Amino acid sequence: MTTTQIKPGRRREEGTRVLDTGQNHERNAGSLAFLVALWCSLAFGVLVLLVLIASTALDGAPRLDANLFTEYSSTLFEEETGVRAGILGSLWLMVTTAVMSVPLGIAAALYLEEFANPTRWYNRLIEVNLQNLAAVPSVIYGLLALGLLALRGFRQTSLVIGGALALTLLILPVIIITTRESIRAVPREIRDGSLALGATLWQTTWRQSLPSAIPGIATGTILALSRAIGEAAPLLLLGVATGIRFDPNGILSQFTALPIQIFTMSSQPQEEFQTAAAAAIIVLLVMILVLNGLAIYIRNHYQRRW
Amino acid sequence: MTTKPATANTRDSVYGAANLAEVADTGEHVVPDLPQEPVIEATDLNVYYGDFHAVHDVNLAFGRGEITALIGPSGCGKSTVLRCLNRMNDLVIGARVTGAVTYHGQNVYGPKVDPIEVRRRIGMVFQKPNPFPKSIYDNIAYGPRVTGMKVDNMDDLVEEALHSAALWDEVKDKLKQSAYGLSGGQQQRLCIARTVATRPDVILMDEPCSSLDPIATSRIEDLMLEMRKDYALIVVTHNMQQAARVSDRTAFFTARPDETTGNRTGLLVEYNLTNRIFSNPDDSRTEAYISGRFG
Ligand SMILES: Nc1ncnc2c1ncn2[C@@H]1O[C@H](COP(=O)(O)OP(=O)(O)OP(=O)(O)O)[C@@H](O)[C@H]1O
Ligand SMILES: [Mg+2]
Repeated sequence: MTTTQIKPGRRREEGTRVLDTGQNHERNAGSLAFLVALWCSLAFGVLVLLVLIASTALDGAPRLDANLFTEYSSTLFEEETGVRAGILGSLWLMVTTAVMSVPLGIAAALYLEEFANPTRWYNRLIEVNLQNLAAVPSVIYGLLALGLLALRGFRQTSLVIGGALALTLLILPVIIITTRESIRAVPREIRDGSLALGATLWQTTWRQSLPSAIPGIATGTILALSRAIGEAAPLLLLGVATGIRFDPNGILSQFTALPIQIFTMSSQPQEEFQTAAAAAIIVLLVMILVLNGLAIYIRNHYQRRW
Repeated sequence: MTTKPATANTRDSVYGAANLAEVADTGEHVVPDLPQEPVIEATDLNVYYGDFHAVHDVNLAFGRGEITALIGPSGCGKSTVLRCLNRMNDLVIGARVTGAVTYHGQNVYGPKVDPIEVRRRIGMVFQKPNPFPKSIYDNIAYGPRVTGMKVDNMDDLVEEALHSAALWDEVKDKLKQSAYGLSGGQQQRLCIARTVATRPDVILMDEPCSSLDPIATSRIEDLMLEMRKDYALIVVTHNMQQAARVSDRTAFFTARPDETTGNRTGLLVEYNLTNRIFSNPDDSRTEAYISGRFG
């Protein structure tokens, strides 16, 4: 067998500058065109969003007043209608959802990541199901919550607990998946180190994996919640109405939520309702932006890089 | 391998507590031909990962006051054997162990044995320094805390552990600072201190210096020699000089391919005093490996 020997690259004669080719292959026509295409796609997305926000803000500006926050919705004084019940309802909904979904989601993720034997069929079944659940439309969860409440004998289903149940089911898969990812980011060596010192699996999870994963879990959870707060579909199924004229005062209280109020107001013919709806959209957007900002802050300031 | 037991005299000079300091002082360190009253003994140890037979019939005994080096080519099962000794292999899904490992005569795999207790008494130091993302102090205190050890004064224990890992002087002013601020070599000594704090009498080290520079490596080697008198130290290493420099005994492993499946099963070729292994090994495979012609 003959072997071709690879010769080292040819060196030019002294004096010629081999690196000055007069061309820049990193900036040729093809890559520039691609770059421009990428920028255009990005600009398109951002522009559409900006135009939408700006026009909504302009529409809603006249109604971004104190009445919007302090008044209940009113059909008599259209120009003074407010979304007080919606804001409070959305807050109640969010807190209840967080209280139900976070512990459940973290516990499920810890089980799957640290304790479950992935070769067992039931654990694999859960695994596959989880991926699918994350893709189920939110209306389905509304139906499920409705069914559950009906089973428990509730006549009235437009309750905070009902909405929170639907939203919990909706974001649980997201919380489980992000929690698992942040637990998985904790290096094997840290866990082995803990176990080798005589810590139990439970102690290792509780004292090593979980604390290191908390920033990631918090980020994922907040993003999931900010998605949930904008949901109207499951709440509509539960029969959540707009015209609630009292503050929700517990999880068994009837309530309305911002997305629902926005939905009903914008389907009214009166100009005043359209303006109020736009203002309410701005309020909802601000709430979501604050949540996302919080998530980004947590990610940047507490996330550990191994 | 010689089977003649060492004389009572030699034994006393190695194991007699009173004589230990003396032995260390004079630099004289006498090792019997075979470990006397072994702390850990592996008998007909076989390890399987699922269907894969990783290690075949290993018989080894490790004594207190001795450093044993496990050497051999990559994949021959050194780490696997090491992890069996403190039941860290329990944590590998699909890993199965047959044969026996005894610790002071008790079967480590016995039905009533708590693996947690095994791991507390048989400490382990890993290849890559793996301090916890906590303060130096909390790294040391972690083991005693989680195992519920009765500690009169945690500060004293931390100081003692750091002293025994020759780290105290370097960190005594920054005990509350993160362990991540230490250099790689310091982190590895912190891991040794952390292991010492749970008061084991065996310490397993899996290539403890392989991520360290020569100076940090020699500090760890000095530390091992320093610690030798109080522990049974079992060290996996790819560094022949290191094995020759620090160990009293050396076990050479190799991997033999199965004729039918082609899977490489690890086995123990030779276990003897280190100077015997390095000067006049019994097995030609050992000699080939030592002299660098193989593996
Ligand atoms: N967790 C595991 N699951 C399956 N097989 C494994 C596992 N750990 C090790 N093995 C296999 O067992 C054999 C022995 O591995 P081991 O890590 O003990 O070798 P080693 O002698 O420590 O090698 P090295 O010198 O490279 O560290 C190898 O063939 C390896 O692929
Ligand atoms: Mg290894």
